[in-house]
Amino acid sequence: MENQKKNMASEEELLEEITSSEYKYGFVTNIESDKAPKGLSEEIVRFISAKKNEPEWLLEYRLKSLKIWEQMTEPEWAHLKYPKPDFQDLHYYSAPKKKKELESLDEVDPELLETFEKLGISLDEQKRLTGVAVDAVIDSVSVKTTFKEKLGELGIIFCSFSEAVQEHPELVRKYLGTVVPASDNFYAALNSAVFTDGSFCYIPKGVRCPMELSTYFRINEANTGQFERTLVVADEDSYVSYLEGCTAPMRDENQLHAAVVELIALDRAEIKYSTIQNWYPGSKEGKGGIYNFVTKRGLCMEDSKISWTQVETGSAVTWKYPGCVLKGDRSIGEFYSVAVTANHQQADTGSKMLHVGKNTKSTIISKGISAGQANNSYRGLVKINKHATNSRNFTQCDSLLMGNKCGAHTFPYIEVDNSSSQVEHEATTSKIGEDQIFYCKQRGMDEETAINLIVNGYCKEVLNQLPMEFAVEAQKLLEISLEGSVG
Amino acid sequence: MMLEATVKMSNKEKFLSHYGMIDFSHDKESFVEKRRAAEKALKGLEFPTSKTEYWKYTRINKLIRESYQLGPADVDSDIDLSVPTKNCLVFVNGYYTDELSWTEAEAGIDFMPLSEAKEKSDKLKGSFDSLTKKEEIFSMINTAYHQDGAYLHLKKGKAAESVYYIVNISAGNQPMSNPRNFIYLEEGSSAKVVMKHISANEGNSFTNQLSEIFVEKNANLEINKLQSENDDAYQISNDEVSQEGSSQFKMNTISLGGGLLRNNLNLDLNGEHIESWMNGLSLLHGKQHVDHHTLIHHREPNCVSHELYKTIADDASTGVFNGKVFVHPIAQKTNAYQSNANMVLTDDASIYSKPELEIYADDVKCSHGSTTGQMDEEAIFYLRSRGIGKKKARAVLLNAFLTDLVEQIGVEHLREEVQSVIDKKYSGVK
Repeated sequence: MENQKKNMASEEELLEEITSSEYKYGFVTNIESDKAPKGLSEEIVRFISAKKNEPEWLLEYRLKSLKIWEQMTEPEWAHLKYPKPDFQDLHYYSAPKKKKELESLDEVDPELLETFEKLGISLDEQKRLTGVAVDAVIDSVSVKTTFKEKLGELGIIFCSFSEAVQEHPELVRKYLGTVVPASDNFYAALNSAVFTDGSFCYIPKGVRCPMELSTYFRINEANTGQFERTLVVADEDSYVSYLEGCTAPMRDENQLHAAVVELIALDRAEIKYSTIQNWYPGSKEGKGGIYNFVTKRGLCMEDSKISWTQVETGSAVTWKYPGCVLKGDRSIGEFYSVAVTANHQQADTGSKMLHVGKNTKSTIISKGISAGQANNSYRGLVKINKHATNSRNFTQCDSLLMGNKCGAHTFPYIEVDNSSSQVEHEATTSKIGEDQIFYCKQRGMDEETAINLIVNGYCKEVLNQLPMEFAVEAQKLLEISLEGSVG
Repeated sequence: MMLEATVKMSNKEKFLSHYGMIDFSHDKESFVEKRRAAEKALKGLEFPTSKTEYWKYTRINKLIRESYQLGPADVDSDIDLSVPTKNCLVFVNGYYTDELSWTEAEAGIDFMPLSEAKEKSDKLKGSFDSLTKKEEIFSMINTAYHQDGAYLHLKKGKAAESVYYIVNISAGNQPMSNPRNFIYLEEGSSAKVVMKHISANEGNSFTNQLSEIFVEKNANLEINKLQSENDDAYQISNDEVSQEGSSQFKMNTISLGGGLLRNNLNLDLNGEHIESWMNGLSLLHGKQHVDHHTLIHHREPNCVSHELYKTIADDASTGVFNGKVFVHPIAQKTNAYQSNANMVLTDDASIYSKPELEIYADDVKCSHGSTTGQMDEEAIFYLRSRGIGKKKARAVLLNAFLTDLVEQIGVEHLREEVQSVIDKKYSGVK
């Protein structure tokens, strides 16, 4: 009886979500923030660096990156149309007002706690639930880190990036920019110059991280670009699973997010990096929404493995190609992605797999769903170097179209420079079959449920790769994102 | 004055200066206008560089830095063209050569050099230069400076009995030619055409070929293009095809010889129920570089397109494939299939493949596949365990790999010719 009631309630809840289907995380937390003036210049970079009390080498790194950025032009090659952001009209630094160091949740700003509760990730809940440590980021500055002591016992470092700069400068200095150099691309250079905070994670030799590490990002302040920097280093024979999930409040003006994520898997290490991205996609008319221009790359040394899994439902414009440099022999790179674009959303996303070492393997599974007037592109690169003998790649990218005003595109680059490697690529584009829907309806489902069922089946290959708690959330997210897009 | 002499010419200026001396005054006024317009367009165009996405894998620096000779050259009149047909037009360095050509008129079919058609044909006058891409530099060079080419026109409902051959020969020292073909099939007509590119010389040559091809309603056209020039020859080829409702078109591109080959094949499907095939077979050796770019625009519903490109890259050769299927919003029920299969025989050979889909309609079936690999050792073992030698086993497998493409060639004599090249080439493969 009790259960039945519960089911009823959750059904009603879902129904309400579906019928309203407005962006449900659209609220603004009112925290006074400590902002840098608008614009980007050497002074601003110095300001950020000073504000964060950074060592000289890091300031130099930022300034060098700024010089590189100034010489670059914004890339135009992506299959995207959007008004270019004015880089001089952005705040490059904003931090929640500095309070004294916090020891327990009671000291956290109650308004912040409320925000987390609305997001469904209340810290005290999280703290009690074992298995997930949360490093919550609000507008670039880490507010609270949990489970730190427990991880500390194993020698695992999991903290905000600025903390890592203060406490483990040797590690940060050794690995920062080694996978994504500042000169990599326009947004990576920008990020390298002005990144404010992010997460840092180091797993020592032979340690298997006992819990899923996760960070919640949330863009909060109006007109603030968010420049996150994530660095995950898995030392020899270690294992870590890292989760990243995002929500952002409703805005009229486009907000820029240009993050850089660097993963380093040393010999025999394994990193699993999962993302759920649900930033504000803009209104139904295509107004507002987040610009998500992210550079994500992993470096694999011998016998190591990096696996990217992502579920992308948010952002007005997405420009993102998580990749792996398979440098060590026998290393493995994987990429599993579901990208959903509805209304006026645009996504140009895919993966890069660079095979350098011998006997390296990579798999790319990309599922794109376009609805409304959205455009969804897969752009990928598989490059097998001359000396990467006996390498193997398998790529599959499928696109699903809903409605006749959307677009789905595939731009794969395949480059093979030796005679012992095998590369396969296949792509399909189609819509949900009338017969499939008919079959479901005939068994008493309405069209909406039928479509949800089919979409879930279509994405299952990728959703299966997600950690449990994310998989549930992701499934729900897909349903909400696609609601009303069929008719 | 001194200053003027020392001004460094850009690559483009240097290249275009080749054409300064040519006299095209024999052209009719309307064609001269087209040439002038193209010359004007050239002012705003630049040669692609390594940063031009469309030319990403193909460097043309060495091609444009050479200096070339323009003009006809002598070719031995008993040269074996291996063309068993009643109709064959031969062009040497882009110029029509009467003594090597022969034709036997069929009613309702005009087959003549373009220079002659410019005097006679209203069809040509109306449609010439209508398909060329005004932003493509080599197309504009061809439009501005083409010497001659073939003109083939089939009247309504006419089915050609003979196979029409167009042979381009590069001869003499460092020749450069800009052959320009014009093929027009009126409603319900059908024809088979073979375009052959061969060398009668050693060393560099540059051929910048352009064909405009019109296939009207219910017409059926098959073009086979055989590229077997010497291994220092450069060729850039633009084929622009426009298809109307219920027509069928097939292009087989067979690349056997040539140092640097770039083939741009562009199809516009302007009606419903069209069927198109684009096939490519490249057998590469030495330092050959062959780049196939295809673009197909599905502009109307209910069309089907097939694409099959296969490359075997031996030695230090490079094979490039870039195919794009573009489905416009109203082109529902489109069925497009794109397949690219490559075999790399050595570690010095490279394959670059980029099969693209750009789709704006939802009720479509579009798919593509691209594979790159090598010979299946297990299959070789299977054959060897049955007493077939290693060399023979490899030859059998390579043959099997190519056979579906060879079967696409609808001109029997050519099919046999290609098959014999394959047999010869891979019978002794390591």
